[in-house]
This record gives sequence, structure tokens and C-alpha cells, in this order.
Amino acid sequence: MAETTGTATPDTVVQDASDDGVRRRDFINVAAVSAAGIGGLAVIYPFVSQMAPSADVLAESTTEVDISAIEQGQAIKAVFRKQPLFVRRLTPQEIKEANDVPVASLRDPQTLAERTKEGHEDILVTMGVCTHLGCVPLGAADGETRGEFGGYFCPCHGSVFDTAARIRKGPAPTNLEIPDYEFTSDTVIVVGQS
Amino acid sequence: MSFPWASQYEPQNPLMKWVDEKLPLPRLVYNAVGAGYPVPRNLNYMYNFGVLAGFCLVLQIITGVILAMHYAPNALVAFSSTEHIMRDVNWGWLLRYMHANGASFFFLVLYMHIFRGFYYGSYKAPREMIWLLGVVIFLLCMATAFMGYVLPWGQMSFWGAKVITGLFGAIPLVGEPLQIWLLGGYAPDNAALNRFFSLHFLLPFVIAGVVILHIWALHIPGSTNPTGIEVKKESDTLPFHPYYTAKDGFGLGVFLILYCLFVFFMPNALGHPDNYIEANPLSTPALIVPEWYFYPFYAILRAFTFDFILPAKLWGVLAMFASILLWFFLPWLDKSPVRSSRYRPLYRKFFWVLMADLALLFYLGGAHAEEPYIMLSQLATAYYFLHFLVIVPIVSSIERPAPLPYSITEAVLGKDDDATLDAQAAAKA
Ligand code: HEM
Ligand code: FES
Repeated sequence: MAETTGTATPDTVVQDASDDGVRRRDFINVAAVSAAGIGGLAVIYPFVSQMAPSADVLAESTTEVDISAIEQGQAIKAVFRKQPLFVRRLTPQEIKEANDVPVASLRDPQTLAERTKEGHEDILVTMGVCTHLGCVPLGAADGETRGEFGGYFCPCHGSVFDTAARIRKGPAPTNLEIPDYEFTSDTVIVVGQS
Repeated sequence: MSFPWASQYEPQNPLMKWVDEKLPLPRLVYNAVGAGYPVPRNLNYMYNFGVLAGFCLVLQIITGVILAMHYAPNALVAFSSTEHIMRDVNWGWLLRYMHANGASFFFLVLYMHIFRGFYYGSYKAPREMIWLLGVVIFLLCMATAFMGYVLPWGQMSFWGAKVITGLFGAIPLVGEPLQIWLLGGYAPDNAALNRFFSLHFLLPFVIAGVVILHIWALHIPGSTNPTGIEVKKESDTLPFHPYYTAKDGFGLGVFLILYCLFVFFMPNALGHPDNYIEANPLSTPALIVPEWYFYPFYAILRAFTFDFILPAKLWGVLAMFASILLWFFLPWLDKSPVRSSRYRPLYRKFFWVLMADLALLFYLGGAHAEEPYIMLSQLATAYYFLHFLVIVPIVSSIERPAPLPYSITEAVLGKDDDATLDAQAAAKA
């Protein structure tokens, strides 16, 4: 190629290497390519981040539930982050059944006390999302089957949950998830904050 | 397709050899923007704008596809979904400002690219097809930009859609039914918004297709150059890579600095505040003008205020479309065999008068429709057509061009050893 450029005769060539031996051209080349590379990476960040939940979605991320009207043995469905939330007031019988099970025998060992708030052991708040593949288990609405352990029953692939919503039979790997929530009064819970 | 001295793609790596046999895509890239594409050695920065236009197209497609993930093309929610992008979506403001200012910068780049063509006679044989495809691209870009501007469903969006589809209403007999058909209603509403969104999403990919044809056609004769004389030999050219990748890369850097200045520091400077008011079919904004890049054509549209055989409204529409369609005929209107204005003293003067005329039309298109602007629009419009239909053909037949250099090499170095009569006789023998 050299003969085709024609402009460079030896006495007009810019000093190619500085005293420290770095070639000017190499320096410019590395600097330019790195600047373009870093700039390109910086641009990718907002392009990826835009797919994450937007501010309005995040703003809907807590749900307040009034539990005063839930009778013993009854459950209600609420919506938390566009997903079903089960809130259930357990009967003394259901509490006893849950506490009678040897914890070590469970697939996902947890006591009822660990799955409820102190002083409110009769209020069981869980996601209504089966931990197998995400169907909504039956048992929260009136007349739905609660399965052979009296808790919830997922019709999709037959996962059976007990009165503490712990997995007892079927393919689900873990108990129904307990979301973060707190009692803001004796009758109101706020889900999504703790 | 390329000059005989172009370097050949010779992959050394066995994997690249394997790929080259099955799908010679790296070879294509090498011959298009690599060392395998010899380019005139004397291209100036006016030849940077094609690459910049390609960059803008990619930028618009990427940011546009992302915006479409958050935007809803329904007249009930379009405006609020745009505000949702601005306020709620992570970095949504950045994406929207990049896309809106990207459109402005795209047109800026296209205008420079086209005016470069006017100045250096790029449209002349053998590059007519490149030029014709370019005009098609420009028309597609105009349609795309217009439909995109309707999407946020603000006041300017709505009234822009109404006025521009109203142009079709000027066509005799079929005009009004045509306008109703285009809108799918009597005024812009959900039906219009939905089809505009669909087409606004589609057309950039059509443009990308035509750009591929444009560059394919370009690679047959190769680029012109500021002297306008064709490449004769190897010393007239440099390989695209690294010489023009570096030069275009530098130009891209300057472009990005200007672009970021707008995106980050004055993102609404080129827009109209009224478009932050939701569309209201019952109230027209006081000054209803398109985006700045349509100003000259809007000025031509509004220049026709009197009926003359045909109604004024129809004249305006015809003139506006004709002002661009004229470009299709430019290769045959300009008969001068000399390409570059550098050697065309008379044409060069008229080129600058045309630029001044266009600057005036740019200004007038954004002004209120009142005197003296209307009269000035009429004069400027008349001159615009005069330039292409009368001045260019006449100048090209009476002008006496300046002497041309023997070769690009001679133009650059001041001498070319092949240019002597002896050398040429020797070459013949
Ligand atoms: C998306 C839009 C466009 C893209 C990506 C594009 C791309 C390019 C590229 C990369 C080149 C070679 C580099 C250069 O000469 O700048 C080129 C040359 C050219 N373009 Fe375009 N172009 C576009 C639109 C247009 C338009 C709207 C016109 C004219 C109405 C046009 C007319 C030409 C001509 C005549 C040449 C040959 C120039 C010469 O060799 O002197 N292009 N284009
Ligand atoms: S999703 Fe519930 S059992 Fe499969």
C-alpha cells in the first residue's frame, strides 16, 4: 500500500514513536476504540433497564387488606402485584392440625408460627401462586375443594397444601410463599413492606 | 464491481476460511467497508453524511422498537402512554428524546447528503440509480416522520394529521372520499392512529431495504469525489479501511457531540410546546406548522393563495409534491458533462443562490401565514422551480467549465507523472 499513498516522504513523516517508545498511532488507535467501546456499553445500560418494572408498576407494589370481616375458617383473595393473595383466618382445629405435624417430616420444613406473625397465629397470609408452575390453587373461595390436608389444592398438577399452606403431596417443591407484610393495626395488614 | 487493484479477502484463520466457503458474509463486509473497497483518496467531510444517515437509521430503529414496547396506539391512551414513557419507564425520557431528536438529526444529515449531491453532481451518469433510490428513500423518510409525529397524540400531532391528510382532499373528484379512506373516518381518530402506528413501524425496514439497494448501486461505480473526475488508477484511491473508517469515525464523533447537546440540554428546542397538550378535535393551535424539516415544502404549499384555472388548494399540493419529484429528473435536466461545481464557475454561483432560496423557504415555512411572508414564499417558490427547470438546463449548455486536472492524483499532489503526453503515448504503445 505504501506506494499508493504517495504523500509521505521520509522528511515529512511525523515523529512516529515518542521517547517512552509508545507509537503515536497505537495510542490513538487504542484510545479511539476504547472510547467507542465504553460509550457503547454505557448506552446499553438504559436500553436494558427500560425493560425492568416502571415507576407506576413499582408504585402498585404494596396492597392494604382489611381482615376484620374474615370469619374463622374463611379465606379471601386479594391482589398483590397483579397476583392472587390468600388471607385466611384459621379455626382452632386447623391450627392444631398444622401444629400436630412433625416438622422434620415435611418437604419444606416450617412451623405454623414461622409462617404467621406473633400474636396473630390464626391469620395465614400467602401468595395464591402454586410453587410448582404458578397456577392458582383452589381452597380460598367458598365451595372450592381444599384437598385432603384441608388447606389448598392445585388442580393443575395435583399439589396438595395443608392448613399452614405447606406442601404435603404433589410436584410443588416448596410451601406457598409468604410475602412480606405487617399489621398496621389489629385489623389491617399491608403487604409488600415489612 | 470494484477496481482491479482492490485487495482480496484472504482469511488465514481456518474458522474464517470455513465460514467464507459456506456464507461469505465477512467477505462482503471486507469488500464493502473494509480494505477491499478502494475509495477516492480526496473525499472531504461532505462524503461523511451517507454513513451518518445509515447511523441515524439504525439509531431510529433501535430506539423506536424500544419505544413501541411501552407505547399504546389507541386514541384513548396514546397521549398518556407517551407521558408514561416520559415519567415512569426507566430511562424512558432518554429514549423518547433520542428518537425525537434523532429524527431531526436524520433529516439534517439527509439534507447535507442531498446538497452534497447538488454541489458535486453526484446524480450524473453513471450514478443516476443511486440518486433515484436516494429520492425514494427521502420520500419514505418523510412519510415515516410524518406518521411518527402523529403518535404522541398531542395537539400538533392531531392537527398535523388533519392538515396533511387534508392535502389529499384537494385532488378533484376523489379527494374527499380519499381523505376519509386514508383516515378511516371524518377526522383523525383511533383508526387513523392505529394504521399510522403500524406503518410507522414498518416503513423504516422498507427504508433499510432501499438503502441496501442504494449502496449496492453505489458500489458499482464507487463514489464521486470533489474533483468530479473518475478514478483512473490505484494512486487515485485509498482502501476504505482504515482511511475512511477513521475519517467517518471522527465525523461520527462530532455528530454525536452535537446530537447529545440537543438530547441532554435542549431536548424540546426543535419541537412545539403545543404537542404536550392532548389532542383536542375542537380547538386548533394558533400556529399550526410541521416539524422544521418540512418547512420548505410547507412554505411552497402555502405560497398558492389564488385560483388560476385550478383551485389554489390543488396548486399548493401539486407544487409541494412536484418540488421533490423534480429531483427524479435532475440527472437529465443537468446536461453538463462536468460533475463537480469546483470546475463549474456559473453553476456554482446558482448553487449558492439555491441554498439561499432554500434557507428563505425554511424560514418562511415556520412563519405565520400572513404578509409579507406569503409574498416572499411566492417569490422563493417561483425561484425554486426556476432553478431546476430553467437555470440548470441553460447553465449546463452555455457554461464554459474551468480546466479539469488530469487525475485525482494530480489534483491532490499537484503533479501526476502519467499526465505527460510522453507517458500517455508510452501507455498506448
Ligand atoms: C437513509 C438514508 C440514506 C443512507 C443511509 C444513504 C447512504 C449513503 C452512503 C453510505 C453513501 C456513500 C457515502 C457518501 O457519499 O456519503 C451514499 C452516497 C450517495 N447517496 Fe445516499 N443515503 C441515504 C439517502 C440519500 C438520499 C435521500 C439521496 C438523494 C436524494 C441520496 C443520494 C446519494 C448519492 C447520489 C450518492 C453518491 C454520492 C457520490 O458518490 O457523489 N442518498 N449514500
Ligand atoms: S402448578 Fe400447581 S401443581 Fe403444577
